[in-house]
Amino acid sequence: MGAGHAHVLYRESTSPVHRLPPEVKIAAMVVFTVAVVATPREAYWAFGGYALLVAAVAALARVGPRWLVSRALIELPFVLFAFALPFLGAGERIEVAGLSLSVDGLLGGWNILAKGTLGVLASLLLAATTTTRDLIIGLDRLRCPQILTQIATFMLRYLDVLVGEARRMRVARVSRGDDPRFLWQLRGFAAGVGALFLRAFERGERVYLAMVSRGYSGRMPAVWQGAGAATAGQWAVAATVPVAAVAIAAVAVVLT
Amino acid sequence: METLAMHISNGIINGPVAAVFAAFALAVLTLCVLRGRRDLDDRLAPMAGLVAAFIFAVQMLNFPIFTAGVSGHLLGGALAALLVGPWVGALCVAVVLVVQALVFGDGGVAMLGLNITNMAILGTAAAYLLIALLLRVLPRTPAGLGVTAFVSALVSVLVASQGFVLQYWLGGTTDLGGNLAGLAGTMAGVHLLIGIGEGLVTATTVVTVAKVRPDLVYALRARKPAALAPAVPVTGGVR
Repeated sequence: MGAGHAHVLYRESTSPVHRLPPEVKIAAMVVFTVAVVATPREAYWAFGGYALLVAAVAALARVGPRWLVSRALIELPFVLFAFALPFLGAGERIEVAGLSLSVDGLLGGWNILAKGTLGVLASLLLAATTTTRDLIIGLDRLRCPQILTQIATFMLRYLDVLVGEARRMRVARVSRGDDPRFLWQLRGFAAGVGALFLRAFERGERVYLAMVSRGYSGRMPAVWQGAGAATAGQWAVAATVPVAAVAIAAVAVVLT
Repeated sequence: METLAMHISNGIINGPVAAVFAAFALAVLTLCVLRGRRDLDDRLAPMAGLVAAFIFAVQMLNFPIFTAGVSGHLLGGALAALLVGPWVGALCVAVVLVVQALVFGDGGVAMLGLNITNMAILGTAAAYLLIALLLRVLPRTPAGLGVTAFVSALVSVLVASQGFVLQYWLGGTTDLGGNLAGLAGTMAGVHLLIGIGEGLVTATTVVTVAKVRPDLVYALRARKPAALAPAVPVTGGVR
């Protein structure tokens, strides 16, 4: 435990995007995503504009395209759904390379592919430039109810407890002669899942009591000390991307 | 036909329907926050965090069911309802979904209302109603608790998956024509398998916890107030 609770997706850097306070980044990301989703799917040029915005932010944050693309594979199941739609969709059909495809299905597939990808890229950029600790501080400053930020704080803390406890139990099993391979690991894991939960809880409870005895009362010190909250200037800087996206969406809605 | 992971990504459901469900989810979560505050004491706070972490971890295990793009994962609504109660439980699942959407891009941010409605609200509500009913009917044994956990987890997963079908019917961006029944069937079939897995995990976890620390299981606590309360939790000497 101790320092360094940064999560796997965080990219250590001091770029201008990293230095922005978390609350403005969260707000910018949410507005950007809503603007993308509200865009009519026939406005193909608009999605090119959004992609340029994402690329500009990525360049500014010094996040490489290869890193982004490999992490974006999480949406693969949806991409498969998107490719199935042209075959499943109803209505008017066109012939492409000998295949009978539904026009509505093609547009729907494109819709999912474009909007899904842009959304995933936007959240990856947020994750790459913001630590989870900052993320929760940002949510708190955006007036998220304290009970939610509290659950989120403990969730992120206890993830490490859970992983550590699982590793200890695995070492204990192996050192007693268990030889887990590939799928057979699952059996040992399933048998021990209740014990894992209990052990992690008891460790977590001690962490919690230690925090309480050191003055924890539901919020982390960084939040109520109030240092580092966003200034009007920082809000204005971060607003450039969502404002551009909303402008693109508005033009697209008017034109189509 | 191919179906999809539980988290709805941007662009699958149209904007107005997403907005309606977002408003619905926000209203229900506000209620949960108000009611949950009363529940969240020194024992429940770390439990809620651990339940959320546990759900977060099991949702990361996306297991393929058939080779062709069909994947799903455990939801954890029933586990949360059993261990921390319906109000805090729904909040736990919602927090997991919000963090996953913000940080991992798993499920679109604009579709959060839909995902929260399905998994946090519908799943947890269905599970808790069943738990309340079954605990009254079944014998008060570990087996009875295990059956309760298994059945409520199974049903909550099915209910959540049909929530997606309802939303797709209301505002799917592509008209599937007569395939909607097919979608409902595929979702139900796939999630029956997920539900069995979820039921087994939920049942083993809850039964183990109930055997060692019955004071930690919210569903049991609500039934017999102040009875059997072990004043000194016998913990610690494990490591």
